[in-house]
Amino acid sequence: MNRYLRQLKEGILDQNPTLVQLLGMCPTLATTTSLENAFGMGMAATAVLICSNVFISLLRKFIPRQVRIAAYIVIVSGFVTAVELLMRAYLYPLYQALGLFIPLIVVNCIILARAEAFASKNKVLPSAMDGLSMGLGFTFALCILGTVRELLGSGSLLGYRVLPESYPDMVVFLLPPGAFLTLGFVIAAVQKLRGMSEERRRRRSAAPADTAAGATAPVAADGAHSAGEADGAGRKED
Amino acid sequence: MNPNQPQPASMPELLTVSPSPHARRGVTTSRLMIDVLIALAPAAVWGVAAFGPRAALVLLLSVASALLAEFLAEKLLRRPVTLRDGSAAVTGLLLGMNLSADVPLYIPVVGAVFAIAVVKQLFGGIGRNVMNPALAARVFLMLAWTGGMTRFSAPFAYLSSGVDAVASATPLASLKGGMLPDASLADLFLGRCAGCIGEVSVLLLLAGGVYLLVRRVISWQIPVSFLGTVALLTFVFPQGGADRLSFMAASLCSGGLVLGAVFMATDYVTSPVTGAGRLIYGCGCGLLVVFIRYFGGYPEGVSFAILIMNALVWYLDMLTRPRVYGKTRGRRGDRKGGGQA
Repeated sequence: MNRYLRQLKEGILDQNPTLVQLLGMCPTLATTTSLENAFGMGMAATAVLICSNVFISLLRKFIPRQVRIAAYIVIVSGFVTAVELLMRAYLYPLYQALGLFIPLIVVNCIILARAEAFASKNKVLPSAMDGLSMGLGFTFALCILGTVRELLGSGSLLGYRVLPESYPDMVVFLLPPGAFLTLGFVIAAVQKLRGMSEERRRRRSAAPADTAAGATAPVAADGAHSAGEADGAGRKED
Repeated sequence: MNPNQPQPASMPELLTVSPSPHARRGVTTSRLMIDVLIALAPAAVWGVAAFGPRAALVLLLSVASALLAEFLAEKLLRRPVTLRDGSAAVTGLLLGMNLSADVPLYIPVVGAVFAIAVVKQLFGGIGRNVMNPALAARVFLMLAWTGGMTRFSAPFAYLSSGVDAVASATPLASLKGGMLPDASLADLFLGRCAGCIGEVSVLLLLAGGVYLLVRRVISWQIPVSFLGTVALLTFVFPQGGADRLSFMAASLCSGGLVLGAVFMATDYVTSPVTGAGRLIYGCGCGLLVVFIRYFGGYPEGVSFAILIMNALVWYLDMLTRPRVYGKTRGRRGDRKGGGQA
């Protein structure tokens, strides 16, 4: 059980497919104009990810290595078609809002990456869990972006006006430049947080060490920390 | 530096070892920036005279927010505070001059903060920004609040009481429609037309440009190739059946073209360092301005053109790298010379 929880944490935080691995940038930038769209996109991808991971894991012994990518694509596109039809039947407005980006889940690199890196090497249950955690990580990242962009770009959340009427909507956040700006800032913030938690962990593990080393350890950590910060800042709006 | 670390036992500092150049002119960033401020002043004063106290307020807010943003950003990022070099003041003033006097008052504030905090400081502070901060902020504002950014009132409208903010078509809007602007060429040249605070008076902007040239703050290549390209293209391909010469003159004198060519495109940090690079850069800017004005969605393309060319500066510098003394030009020479980076 513990192992699955760790997987979940990895997917959502430490190995977040969008904010840390920087995979699947196209839907991330394109579908996060509102929180609703972002959540819908994240959920659709999560559903596909779980199903495809389970199937690929089941079939991992039968798929010949040479044609594995093609086989993955076939499996993924089968599930994407199912999800697309379901959304068309039950969530038509969302289906219309996301448009082309639903079929494009087929070539979402998060899904192919998890198939290649995880599901093709692991048993069914861990693969399902991997799909769930990575999918939730993707959804989480999309929701952050969607929240910021909808709030700044149209002053509302989930379609309800949140900010006062006098707030002048910054339309730029609904446009592609705003997507890049927001993504840059969110990634920078995540890098900063990761650097801080890394440092805390290192300090904790360094604390029981002999006191002579203790005098220099915080200094070294500080140096590494500011380097990480500079790196994070440099990556902004790349 | 870490103060906790023991310093190496007092080493006598006999030699100062530094890379070239060893002989310097006494040119400092603050002197250059003061020169730019002096050169901008007449056009800014004209803008205030033409568009009233509201224009002064916009300029003031813009400069003050730029200075404050610079101070706060440098404090937050634990960098040395560089307010005294004047670069933030120049950015603020340029941004203000690129705004209409009728913008809502949050626009100069947000723009200045975006210019300084995001475009300049997050990329490493003065000398490290990839794009011109004032222009990037202007484009950001343009995309964020298109409505607020494109309200222009006629010059001297504030003097006639009773009527507030008579909306007026800018000369560019007329040119976009393929017509010559209502204002005469003399009006355009002297700045008696609607537009942004600092862009209307071509005469005073050119005077400022001549001052900068004489003081050797800027070199001639960028303004000349920039304006020359626009002049050539608008002369050869006039729009809407207008007379070639008057179309060209109107194109040159309207919008932010002169302000952009003299003060924005020549920014040291975001323009090429080689002469040939500067010529290509200026031509590219001119080409893009005409393309955007003719075919683009916006009436004005100067900001976009300069920003796009800013992105190519590194490449232009590589392309026009001068021959290293004692080596032959080109790839082979480089390899022989031990891999110039």
